[in-house]
Amino acid sequence: MSESLATVSYIGATILFILCLGGLSNQETARRGNLYGVIGMTIAVLATIFGPHVTSAGLPWIIAAMVIGSGIGIYAARVVQMTQMPELVALMHSMVGLAAMLVGYANYIDPAAAANLSSAEKAIHEMEMYIGVLIGAVTFSGSVIAFGKLSGKIGGKPVLLPGRHFLNLLGLLVVIYFGREFLHAATIAEGMTPMIVMTVIALLFGIHMVMAIGGADMPVVVSMLNSYSGWAAAATGFMLSNDLLIVTGALVGSSGAILSYIMCSAMNRHFISVIAGGFGGDGGTPAPTGGGAQPAGEVSPILAAETAELLREAKNVIIVPGYGMAVAQAQHTVYEITKFLREKGVNVRFGIHPVAGRMPGHMNVLLAEAKVPYDVVFEMDELNDDFPQTDVAMVIGANDIVNPAAQDDPASPIAGMPVLEVWKAKTSIVMKRSMASGYAGVDNPLFYKDNNRMLFGDAKKMLDEVLLVLKA
Amino acid sequence: MPLTIGVPREVFAGEKRVATVPDVVEKLIKLGFKVAVESGAGDAANFSDEVYRTAGAEIVDGAAKLWAGSDIVFKVRGPSSEEVGLLRDGGTLVSFIWPAQNPDLLKQLATKKATVLAIDSLPRTLSRAQKMDALTSQAGVAGYRAVIEAANAFGRFFNGQITAAGKVPPAKVFVAGAGVAGLAAIGTAAGLGAIVRANDTRAEVADQVVSLGGEFVKVDYEEEGSGGGGYAKVMSEGFQQAQREMYAKQAKEVDIIITTALIPGKPAPKLITADMVKSMKPGSVIVDMAAEQGGNCELTEPGQVAVKHGVTIVGYTDLVSRLARQSSTLYSSNLFRLTEELCKTKDGIIDVNMEDEAIRGLTVIKEGSITWPPPAPKLPAAPPAAAKPAAAAPAAKKGHGHGGSSEPMPGNKLAIMFGVVAALFWFVGANAPAAFLAHFTVFVLACFVGYMVVWNVKPALHTPLMSVTNAISSIIAIGALVQIAPPLAGDLARPEEWIRWLAVGGIVLATINMFGGFAVTQRMLAMFRK
Repeated sequence: MSESLATVSYIGATILFILCLGGLSNQETARRGNLYGVIGMTIAVLATIFGPHVTSAGLPWIIAAMVIGSGIGIYAARVVQMTQMPELVALMHSMVGLAAMLVGYANYIDPAAAANLSSAEKAIHEMEMYIGVLIGAVTFSGSVIAFGKLSGKIGGKPVLLPGRHFLNLLGLLVVIYFGREFLHAATIAEGMTPMIVMTVIALLFGIHMVMAIGGADMPVVVSMLNSYSGWAAAATGFMLSNDLLIVTGALVGSSGAILSYIMCSAMNRHFISVIAGGFGGDGGTPAPTGGGAQPAGEVSPILAAETAELLREAKNVIIVPGYGMAVAQAQHTVYEITKFLREKGVNVRFGIHPVAGRMPGHMNVLLAEAKVPYDVVFEMDELNDDFPQTDVAMVIGANDIVNPAAQDDPASPIAGMPVLEVWKAKTSIVMKRSMASGYAGVDNPLFYKDNNRMLFGDAKKMLDEVLLVLKA
Repeated sequence: MPLTIGVPREVFAGEKRVATVPDVVEKLIKLGFKVAVESGAGDAANFSDEVYRTAGAEIVDGAAKLWAGSDIVFKVRGPSSEEVGLLRDGGTLVSFIWPAQNPDLLKQLATKKATVLAIDSLPRTLSRAQKMDALTSQAGVAGYRAVIEAANAFGRFFNGQITAAGKVPPAKVFVAGAGVAGLAAIGTAAGLGAIVRANDTRAEVADQVVSLGGEFVKVDYEEEGSGGGGYAKVMSEGFQQAQREMYAKQAKEVDIIITTALIPGKPAPKLITADMVKSMKPGSVIVDMAAEQGGNCELTEPGQVAVKHGVTIVGYTDLVSRLARQSSTLYSSNLFRLTEELCKTKDGIIDVNMEDEAIRGLTVIKEGSITWPPPAPKLPAAPPAAAKPAAAAPAAKKGHGHGGSSEPMPGNKLAIMFGVVAALFWFVGANAPAAFLAHFTVFVLACFVGYMVVWNVKPALHTPLMSVTNAISSIIAIGALVQIAPPLAGDLARPEEWIRWLAVGGIVLATINMFGGFAVTQRMLAMFRK
């Protein structure tokens, strides 16, 4: 395959990738979008393998590597549980990061890569390499930590080192200093030391950044790492002068950045402070503060049987799921209840907060897995006005996203965060294991409202009981 | 050991209120406190000693004995020097203090190692502080009473009537300043049947005026007058000129003017000049609620009722005391709510928690050290002008796409961004070689395409979006592919082994991602159904 043919194949692949992302704009076209992605990827890989940059000597290696990789990948995709999606995605980001690092190193030790470059071009090339490895390393270690946190292997609480912003700044200065050294290095061996030092710092920085972030902020982190993995690919593209990599990397990078932005505004946090990593120390850190109002009053517990009664007599029901539903694997029971009630003519709908769960769209995926039809699943903005006409609002394992303090109490750490106004429903039922506060560490005045009932216990177990009573 | 709350008789001349009423005594006892009331404390507000005793309070004869036996003293007016002398060392005092106007009082109290909570220093913008807001409750009483005083001095009905004895036109009332007192006055006067007009420098209160049955009279001049904390600020000369003209016009038309204009820490603005009073119809009434701060009318005699140019000018400074039973009841509820906040444990012990923003604002002296003025509130409530757009914003973001372009950016912010980007581009253009620029162009354009495409993705599909972008980012495999065995131009010594293994590693990782990502996306998308 000639150089030009390879190039037009790349253009084709680029278009297919754009169509792929565009296809995801709604459920009907989404599957076709995914197919476009697969085709684009196939074209790109084949055009590369049979293109002018790969000789036949490499084929056995390539085939072996791809067989191993595809085997692992497909296996993982089949066995993963839908509740584990965030972990899987985080782990996959780490692979992109690591691959970017490896490619960067391979490119660096290859004298052929920079053989025909002028000195200015060489400097730029080395800079691209340096930055590529840097982003790759941050993505890699950050994603590994995110994976650990999401899968519960590492505690969800933020780990805040003293003077962490200072540490980050110091790390950045060291990286810049070694970047200079790296550019001035005459031979590959000389440049290796700064490169390795930088890699280590970048790895530490990635760990540090994600460690400092609490569990509730994981949706932002996951989409942020998604963005980083895109930038890593783009940097690699610059390094290899490969436009396909640049375009694809930029697509993924900006997609991740937009997702992070949406998550940030859903939590009323500042975008810049998130992209820079390590949420700002003042007010941004989800630490319990005494500044918020301490809601007072009695909570009114309710039993599963009474919940069933309330649901049976209701005309309009809105269910607000949260991470607790994912943890308890309650989505199937939720679906059973929904199905039963809908057959009885009850208008059951779902209200999804943008940051419910541990990654963007997490709740939607879980509900889809449980076969809940997506036309009864609504976004926060779509049904927030309907709560006053709602008889029962059922909150399953969510806390901060239904906290009225976000609207009423300017001193609350989550003040200004958009929330689902479940307290406006005639009755709200909150399912929780205990009275513990959410990840933001804020007490929830909702629990003490007169029209709120608390259904304590494991979400799955309780819902099973509700279903049993309903069917009886 | 439960603390004793002492309620002395108010000593200020003409002050008829009492800081705690019998109903609240019972509630305080339920919180675990002991309550002592000075004999005769409630007489002026029609609460006898007997009623207090029934409620569970101990009746103490004489101020000296009461002050000596009280850990906490509830008062209405700030203490006189004698009362400061009576306060127990290290005791706690809750009352109006007005720390800005009374620095000497603060110093005196500080020498007693006292803890002083000034109910007037409550941060009023905190919504949960409203139940403790005595300024509001008292101002509401005053506004009501002002209308009653006006009706008393006014020679006619308030409401219009058509009777066998002839037609009576309704009274026209103009209320200057629509704060709490002004709004209460508007509501009361409208309730009596008068035609009520009102004006305030803060344009956002117009709706509240209308909701109470009044008509909002605008000053024909553009300026926003919110000074924060629910008060107005001093306005510009041009505005004041326009305002005077408006007042002059109203003075000629209306029968009753009630003025409530106050600016914190400043003498009351002189809104009604002598000439305006002269222009009013004989028999008209002015009630100057700002009399204590010098009055809004030039001719006001504080504390007196004066008749000037045929107009009765009521300058009472004790309007609230003239409705002592009501105002005492409201005030003591405010104090009770405050006590609840101070005593969350309900064991009769108070904890002045300086971390609590409301308590911090109230506390002007803590154990002898002056803590006034408090630091600026951590999260000030949204400025009133911005409040409405902020509330409307979530509504505007309806539908999917999260309104990426629904609100255009403010111009100056946009200009800064363009400036930064231009500088960046200039830097790149000036330094980078041509080959790099070609890639750079592609990169920038691709970012834009990504931006445009991704905004259209439904939030429900965010997880599939992430996994598919993740799969796509495994395009990085190409980087590894081209390194594994490139056609070599010259006889360059190339560390083949190293590169190969690095590249193979890269390919394996990227392929895991590629296949895994697409497969899992497919699996997820297959689940979405109608």
